[in-house]
Amino acid sequence: MITRRDFLRHTALGIAGVALPFAAFEIVDPEKLMARESSDPSKVRWVFLVDTYKCVGCGMCVKACKLENEVPYDANVTRTWVERYVITKDGKVHADTPKGARDGFTTAKIDLGEGKFENIKAEDIDKAFFVPKLCNQCDNPPCVQVCPVGATYQAADGVVLVDRTWCIGCGYCIMGCPYGVRFFHPVYRTAEKCNFCYHRITKGMKTACVDACPFGARRIGNIKDPNDPVTKIIMTERVGVLKEEYGTKPQVFYIGLDKEVR
Amino acid sequence: MKNHVLRPFIVFLGIVALILIARMFFVPRDFGIGERGYMYGWHRKGNEQDWKNFKVKYQGKEYCKDCHTDRYNSINKTPHRIIECEDCHGPAIDHPSDPPKLTIDRSRELCLRCHYPLPYPTSGRSRIRGIDPDTHNPGTECSSCHNPHNPMEGLR
Repeated sequence: MITRRDFLRHTALGIAGVALPFAAFEIVDPEKLMARESSDPSKVRWVFLVDTYKCVGCGMCVKACKLENEVPYDANVTRTWVERYVITKDGKVHADTPKGARDGFTTAKIDLGEGKFENIKAEDIDKAFFVPKLCNQCDNPPCVQVCPVGATYQAADGVVLVDRTWCIGCGYCIMGCPYGVRFFHPVYRTAEKCNFCYHRITKGMKTACVDACPFGARRIGNIKDPNDPVTKIIMTERVGVLKEEYGTKPQVFYIGLDKEVR
Repeated sequence: MKNHVLRPFIVFLGIVALILIARMFFVPRDFGIGERGYMYGWHRKGNEQDWKNFKVKYQGKEYCKDCHTDRYNSINKTPHRIIECEDCHGPAIDHPSDPPKLTIDRSRELCLRCHYPLPYPTSGRSRIRGIDPDTHNPGTECSSCHNPHNPMEGLR
C-alpha cells in the first residue's frame, strides 16, 4: 500500500526528473562551441544611426538612393526620404517632405500638397529640424509575417529583402508596415523597400545614402561588433527609435528624436 | 467501400497527387526555412545572392583620386571637402569606360540644397552660410563666379 509520504516523495522526484532536459547531460565541447561561433552567419546584424542635429535637409541621400537602386527618378516613390518638422510658438507642428526631399529643401515655405504652400516667419519658430527616414529593418518585421508567399524575408544579418521573382503584388506588406517605407516599384510592379544597399554592405562598402551625406548624419554599423563606432554610440548615448509601441523592434536609431516625429 | 464512393475518391487522390507533383517542379530547390526561422526566414535562398549581385553605381571619393588627383587635392583644402564628388558629378558607375563622361549638375538648385538659408535653430542647416536666390545674381550659374572646388577663391 502506498503511504501519503511515499506518494509525495515520488511525485516530487518524478517532476524533477521530467523537468531535467537531455541537454543537461551533454558534455560541452569547447572546440565545437568555437566552430559554431565563427561559422555563425548571425555574427553580423546591420543597424542604422541617424543624427538629426547634423542633417541639413540637402536631400543628397535621396538622390543617391534613387540612382543607386534604380528607383524611377521622377516617380513619386522613394526608398528613403527626409522630413522637415517646423514647430511654431503656438504649438503647431508643420511637417512636409516635397518629392521625398529628392531636391532638398530650397524654400522656407511648407509644402501643404496640391500646390499650396504655407509661409512661416522665422521669429515664430520654436524648433525646426530634419528627420531622414528609411526602412527600420525591424527585428520583428510585420511586413514579413503578412507575406502569403514567402517573397519577403529577413536574411541572417537582419536585413529584410524582397524576392522580385516571387512577389505576387498583393500589397499586404505595404499595408502592414507601420512606417510606410514600402511601395510598389513602378517598373517591376512588385513590393519595393530599402534594403540597406544590400549589394554594397555585403561588399564592405557603406550604403549609397551614407556615402552621399556630406554631414555624417547617416551611419551604418554592425551591432554585434562591440568595437563598431555606431554600436558604441547606440550603447552609450541617448538614442530613440520610431513607433516603439508597435513592438516591431526597429533597428534604425535616432539621435535628437522629438515627440512630434511620427 | 461501395463503388460510387471509391471512384470519386480515386479521382480526388489523383488531383492531390497532381498538385503535389506540379508543386515539386514549380517551387525552386533552394526554397525553405532560412536562418531567421519559419516566421521571418521562409524564402528562396538564391534571392540573397541576386541582391548581392546588384550593380554598384556610386563608387566613392577614393575611386576618383588616382586620375583626378589635382581636383581631389584642391577640394580637400576647402570646406567643400565633406561633399562626395558624385553628389554633383553623378554616379561614376564604370567611368571612364561606361559612361565615358559624367553629367555635372551645375544648377543653382543644387547649391541651394545647402545654401538656401533656413533659420532652424535645432538643425545644422542654420550654421551654413546662405544667399537669397531672388536677389543674389538671379539667373546666373553659381559656378560662373564661385569655383565649387574652392568656393571663395579670389572673392574674399
